[in-house]
Amino acid sequence: MTAKWGLRGLAFGYLGLLLLAPVGMIFYKTFEHGIGPPLEAMTSPDALHAIWLTLLMVAVAVPLNTVFGVGCALLLVRHRWRGNAVIDGIINLPFAISPIVVGLSLFLLYGNDGWFGPTLAEWGIQVLFSTPGMILASVFVSLPFVVRETVPVLQEIGTEQEQAASTLGANAWQTFWRVTLPAIRWGVAYGVVLTTARVLGEFGAVTIVSGSISGETETLPLFVAKAFEQFNEEAAYAGAIVLALLALTTLLLMSIGGRKAKAQGGPIPITGDAAISTSTSNTKEGS
Amino acid sequence: MAIAVEGACKRFDDFQALDNVSIDVPEGSLTALLGPSGSGKSTLLRAIAGLETLDAGTVTISGEDATRKPAQKREVGFVFQHYAAFKHMTVFGNVAFGLKIRKWRKPQVEARVHELLRLVQLDGLAERYPDQLSGGQRQRMALARALAVEPQVLLLDEPFGALDAKVRKDLRTWLRRLHDETGVTTIFVTHDQEEAMDVAEQLVVMNQGRVEQSGSADDLYDDPANEFVMSFVGEVNRLGEHFVRPHDMQVVIDPDEGAEEAMVQRIVALGFEIRVEFVLGDGTEVWAQLTRAELQKLELLEGQIVYLRPGQAKSFSGDSSALDGDGASTPRRPEDEDDAEVTAAA
Repeated sequence: MTAKWGLRGLAFGYLGLLLLAPVGMIFYKTFEHGIGPPLEAMTSPDALHAIWLTLLMVAVAVPLNTVFGVGCALLLVRHRWRGNAVIDGIINLPFAISPIVVGLSLFLLYGNDGWFGPTLAEWGIQVLFSTPGMILASVFVSLPFVVRETVPVLQEIGTEQEQAASTLGANAWQTFWRVTLPAIRWGVAYGVVLTTARVLGEFGAVTIVSGSISGETETLPLFVAKAFEQFNEEAAYAGAIVLALLALTTLLLMSIGGRKAKAQGGPIPITGDAAISTSTSNTKEGS
Repeated sequence: MAIAVEGACKRFDDFQALDNVSIDVPEGSLTALLGPSGSGKSTLLRAIAGLETLDAGTVTISGEDATRKPAQKREVGFVFQHYAAFKHMTVFGNVAFGLKIRKWRKPQVEARVHELLRLVQLDGLAERYPDQLSGGQRQRMALARALAVEPQVLLLDEPFGALDAKVRKDLRTWLRRLHDETGVTTIFVTHDQEEAMDVAEQLVVMNQGRVEQSGSADDLYDDPANEFVMSFVGEVNRLGEHFVRPHDMQVVIDPDEGAEEAMVQRIVALGFEIRVEFVLGDGTEVWAQLTRAELQKLELLEGQIVYLRPGQAKSFSGDSSALDGDGASTPRRPEDEDDAEVTAAA
């Protein structure tokens, strides 16, 4: 009994000290003098632009990586092939490489002396110090999440439901939309949340490719960093709060979606088990 | 013929799952593919459904060559051992799936689904999710789903394999009745010979990717083509080169020509039936199935020396089932391909 409480205390203490205290401190600092100052800091043109740009990163990188991630997971799990091991390894690269290095490598590739830089410049496409480069960086660092979350779920559901759908006349496209995707949706949703969080908070890679030009190529994390460097603490804290709120909103949207599915009697194991015990006692078996 | 498979071959890496298999299944029949695990029976069923592509051979469904057709175009109903229920859909949604794919109108879908749910006795449970059903109910839902689209053939892959004994027995009887009602040509896979004999009109016994024999339950039991069929369909003893059913073992007290010396090891009374276990001179263990009356007449005691005579023995080394064999009596495959075909319900 005491050991149990000891462990609980330890867990709370650890989380409190390492996670809650710093985040709580920011909340405290931001609203120390009421809601006015942070509101003012966040409605400046540069701040609004940073928020907009951050949301743009999410709006482009998350759908891209979701579509790619689900497709790639299907390829890895459903089509056995020698090359799969290689693809599997490459997908983990963003986990292995520091974001700063990602930024540098993009710089090398798309810079004026890079492989693609001069050609793209000829076509009038500016990658570095503008939105395309920042999107590339965001996509790179957040690429593995949907794949990693979807692969185990796909493996777990197996192929029988898909085979059943095909014997019932469904083609590959219909089978995917009506059977596979609904069955893996929680894995995908979790991957989307993680991807979103990663894109929202990305600093290292974006910092290098964007040049961090205020009001132009500055996302919220860059805005926060710059404000902090310039001793504009109010703006720094307020920006941090907005970032946190954006991430929380994503999480909240997902759990609301989850609760809705639960209320509809979807395949949430806990309610399912409870229902089985009542159904077996109410209905006759076989006959 | 509703279904004809000709010369089917299928290899998985270094495992030959199907080795030149041919079967014919007549229209409206209920056929069992029977065999131990790894015998190729499920692979054959999946090849008929289009869930497995053959390396060689053809599949004909209702007179049409279906070998190259994808599963979605074969119009077969398939039922999986583990139900393969669409977990995110209600029972209604599951059964309606094939109809919605075929773009049926809503009122027709509803009418058809409820008709089928009545047929499988699940009409009150349309709004349940598969997780809220018992195993037997889930399997009946899967059957309704497969039948909804009026398939030309119904294929069941160990449909009762995941259910407990009581439910299994009920569902067997129920499947038999369902077949009588719908008349759909049905093939089901099982490793349980009792289940196969109970449900099916004709049996195809498979072993190591080949068809050993096919025919009615009586054909297989009374006239097995080889040692494998004899031992897989029913119990069997081996006396030298001869194979004898336990109920065909004759026990005599005095030495007799053609009878082998044996010691009574154990006498087990199983109600009406008595199981007597013997050890032969060479250490082989055999058993005889006697009635209570026979046992009382013989007055057998454990430890007693008696003589065993195979009443109706079979020997598979030669062509006849004569008692005199010449040695090698290993299971052999039917040499003539015609032997491997299911003939119309005899």
